Amino acid sequence: MRYILKKIGIFVLTIFAISILVFLAFQIIPGDPTTRMLGTQATPEKIAALRAQLGLDRPVLVRYFDWLGNFLRGNYGESYSYNMPVHELLSGKLRITASLTLLSFLMVLLISFPLGILLARFAHSWFDRVMMVLNQIVMSIPSFFTGILFTYVFGLILKFFTPTNFVEYADDHAGFWAYLVFPALSIALPKAAMVIKLLRGSMVRELSEDYVRTAYSRGNSRWQVLKGHVMRNAMVPVVTFLAVTLVDIIAGSIIIEQVFNIPGMGRLLMTSINGRDLPVVQTIIMIIALVVITVNYIADISYKYIDPRIRFR
Amino acid sequence: MRKTRKITALLLAVLMLTAALGGCTGGKSAETASPSASAAVSAAPVQGGELTVGIAQDLDDSIDPHKMVSAGTREVLFNVFEGLLKPDTAGEMQPAVASDCKINDTGDVFTFTLRDGVKFHNGNPVTTKDVIYSLKRAAGLDTGTPLINGFDEVKSVEAPDDKTVVVTLKKPDIEFKAMFTAAIIPDGNDPTKETIGTGPFKFASRSPQQNVVLEKFDGYWGTPAHVDKVTYKIIDNAETLVMSLKSGSVNLVAHLTSAQVKELGSDFTVVDGTMNLVQALYLNNKVAPFDNVKVRQALCYAIDRQNIMDMLSNGKGAAVGSSMYPNFKKYYRADLADVYKPDVEKAKSLLAEAGYPNGFTMDVTVPSNYQPHVDTAAVIAEQFKKIGVTVNIKNVDWGTWLSEVYSGRNYQSTVIGVDAASLTARAMLERFVSTSTSNFTNFSDPEYDKLYAEAAAATDEAKQVELYKQLEEILTKDAANVYIQDMCDYVAMGQGVQGYEFYPLYVMDMSKVYFTNKTAA
Amino acid sequence: MKKLKNSHRAPNYNLIWGCVITSIMVLMIVVSFFWTPFNPDAMSYAEKDLAPGGAHLLGTDNFGRDIFSRVMEGAGTTLSIAFCAVAIGASFGTVIGGLTGYFGGAWDEFIMRINDAVTAFPSILLALVIVTITGSGRTNIIFILGILFIPSFARVVRGEFAKQRQMDYVKNAKLMGVKPGRIMFVHILPNIAPVLLSAVAIGFNNAVLAEASMSYLGVGVSQTEAVSLGRMLLDSQAYWMTSPWQALSAGCAISILILGFALISEGLGTRPMWRPTTKRRRKQHA
Repeated sequence: MRYILKKIGIFVLTIFAISILVFLAFQIIPGDPTTRMLGTQATPEKIAALRAQLGLDRPVLVRYFDWLGNFLRGNYGESYSYNMPVHELLSGKLRITASLTLLSFLMVLLISFPLGILLARFAHSWFDRVMMVLNQIVMSIPSFFTGILFTYVFGLILKFFTPTNFVEYADDHAGFWAYLVFPALSIALPKAAMVIKLLRGSMVRELSEDYVRTAYSRGNSRWQVLKGHVMRNAMVPVVTFLAVTLVDIIAGSIIIEQVFNIPGMGRLLMTSINGRDLPVVQTIIMIIALVVITVNYIADISYKYIDPRIRFR
Repeated sequence: MRKTRKITALLLAVLMLTAALGGCTGGKSAETASPSASAAVSAAPVQGGELTVGIAQDLDDSIDPHKMVSAGTREVLFNVFEGLLKPDTAGEMQPAVASDCKINDTGDVFTFTLRDGVKFHNGNPVTTKDVIYSLKRAAGLDTGTPLINGFDEVKSVEAPDDKTVVVTLKKPDIEFKAMFTAAIIPDGNDPTKETIGTGPFKFASRSPQQNVVLEKFDGYWGTPAHVDKVTYKIIDNAETLVMSLKSGSVNLVAHLTSAQVKELGSDFTVVDGTMNLVQALYLNNKVAPFDNVKVRQALCYAIDRQNIMDMLSNGKGAAVGSSMYPNFKKYYRADLADVYKPDVEKAKSLLAEAGYPNGFTMDVTVPSNYQPHVDTAAVIAEQFKKIGVTVNIKNVDWGTWLSEVYSGRNYQSTVIGVDAASLTARAMLERFVSTSTSNFTNFSDPEYDKLYAEAAAATDEAKQVELYKQLEEILTKDAANVYIQDMCDYVAMGQGVQGYEFYPLYVMDMSKVYFTNKTAA
Repeated sequence: MKKLKNSHRAPNYNLIWGCVITSIMVLMIVVSFFWTPFNPDAMSYAEKDLAPGGAHLLGTDNFGRDIFSRVMEGAGTTLSIAFCAVAIGASFGTVIGGLTGYFGGAWDEFIMRINDAVTAFPSILLALVIVTITGSGRTNIIFILGILFIPSFARVVRGEFAKQRQMDYVKNAKLMGVKPGRIMFVHILPNIAPVLLSAVAIGFNNAVLAEASMSYLGVGVSQTEAVSLGRMLLDSQAYWMTSPWQALSAGCAISILILGFALISEGLGTRPMWRPTTKRRRKQHA
């Protein structure tokens, strides 16, 4: 229990530190939000008026605590660029990115588990060798290149989907998911390849342990041994790796959103930074930070329950 | 094959002319990439249909027509909002919300008669109250801060009766007429909360970074739009614009490059015009070595405009020699484009005279989100190598460009296209007055300042035009900047879409676009 | 997880192939410093969009520039950025990790907390955010990636140092009065070299991927600063239909670079899963 309390304490401190960093970072960078908003029509008077209107003329500390206070109360401010509340702007984008991430994660599981187990079962056969070489190659192709190849082959030539024609969830549920299939697959492929390798390796190693030989000697078939004994032990490193993978997929979705023209959170983040839309940028980074740190903490804590051999300081 | 295409193009050009009631600006060519002549045969407009237009920029400055600053926003909102006057395809001011505009002899009082039957998108008729609110808001008469630059010249806006609006300026300015394209919105309206105008399309919805949806306004006073709905799809990745046309996810995309058009292949109707801007290597006239006129002239001799256009747009585009683009016929001086012909030897000797016999190294700051400018900078860098000038290209994002280059004037040179915010010569030429806040090139010439003041105050239009032309000549002779071109603007339309027309402004008029068959819609 | 010593019974195919692929790429890059088939920046209107074959091995792009020359130079740009970034990350990471791992204590705890926080975020994500703030360009990318790599190197090195600290040879050296600096860098460092080398290979892998991703998103190396593979891929995407070789060349070059480093790091054996192969065989033979 003390351990969990300590973890929560550090969690809060980390988030607090990140909030300061994020806030300060955007105070010192070149490119004031007002010059960006007024563009070539900027005049000193207009800039001054807009700065006052946005409250940018107040001291940094006042602004920081004002922002933090509002943030904690769930008030994320109003986007400079879109004149709408940030939570309204973000809720739609979050759903898209979350769907993409989860779909991709699901694909990683669906691809890697059957294949990983199958390859472990037939380890060192020619099938295994060929597959592992392929696996290594797939692992080395960056997701955005896969995405471009998919767009070309499945989009433009085979016409499985219409490139750049993102479908709104509200308009067409099936169409929405269908459009996300290839982007999700582009992110999932290299990640799945890594999991396959890890899972296969982990299982092959377990298979050489003494208890496996004992299990064989009891007359269990190879599949029974795999299922009944090896899987559970082999899962320990894999589960922690999956947490890392989930976080990586979130990062990967930013790039893939660009390739497939998906109006998700990643794209909003990039354009908001460019547009110096501070309320939006700060909120998105805080959300990502919260998600990333939470996933890591869950992985840390769940470790303890999956594998009792691991003890904490 | 070639012959058929030519005939088709001719047919199409004729059809377009008739359909546009003679409103086509000259010098344009219409070309269909489709080899079949059937497109021309069935080119009669069919009413209705939903059009999807790909745009590269989101409307992320403001959808408030008085506060919008980017050209990308202007070209969309052109369909939603109208002013008392509205430009036509020839660049002439035509009455819109007003039915008549009179200027007094001293050039400082404008009298407008409101048109009967003009309705806002919410169904309410436009009254003098709305007009007064809109103009006062734009001029900042109540707040002290004008929302539209230059509108602070307005002294008062009054309505002597319920059909007439009188605008009085602080000083005579006949060119101010073009400013009355400023949007008329309902009294007390905040356009960011409720977007209401009087244009042929009404604002339906928007989803940031995704789309902006306009619907046909049935109560429009003028020629109604052909299509029922226009969805602007935001595709901010220039590389995927072509793909979206090919895949059919959009019907129309403007501002394409020749390479992108080539990529499209057949099945698309492609028309080309110019972008109505002056692309140049703008120089910071205050920093060495560009404070030396010989250096500036040397750079002008060193560039090969035709080569730039060949590289970027297969030779299309219009070379310019001063801060005025060809479509602005009233003020444009074609002879200035030929003052500096590519001449490496001359450039070298000028550099030597200026004290740089071995050349020098210069920074070119370019906004990385405008591919044509980035590409142009790359070509220029190659050309300048010949005279020993090493170019170091700095890519910055648009926000940084605005603050460092445009407002901060902390740069050596930049490649950018400067367009006209309003259809006035002033919009192009005022920025070179030494005291102008928008003089980002730090150009300074007492004679220019004097002539400009004279021109701005002139009440005789012919004389004013003459003065503006002289100003252009000064910019050329002084080699204020290395002027390049008015860039070629390709508009590609999917099958069954036609009717796109070019304006001498950076706008896209969707009310004239139509489908030629129902199935495509 | 315990690291096992590499078995020498089976040839280490990963290491061999990894070295072969990487050497070929490096050789190509070294050659590009002195000679490329064409000037990678020279534009030619007459030779726009040529298909592969003939004088232009991989064809030409939309400016008429030779793609093979550009791939050569682009790979060099990518690799030099990776090299500098890894050099920064590895040297600072080793020093920080070495000190904290060797001495332990409150500083160790504190720095490891920061490390944990930073490594929790995917480095690409952080790099993307920071580069949009600081502005793009080669130098910026090198420093951003270099600094972001420090924690992961520090983590690896710290773990090894903490382990070695307990070993007899270190204890003996301490008893003999050898100064800590000498123990750390003369006694311990050579012993953790294999681990460090494999971390370097992974670092290269990540750096190439990060640079390519950033350039692909348009926030990396600028178009005219130097040829970059990611940037080539971005630019070529618009020409898929007429000249797919542009995108294919750039994309494949990136993938091959990554593959080479992945195989090397595999062969050097940070990831233990390949070794059981040999282990199992050994047992069978026994």
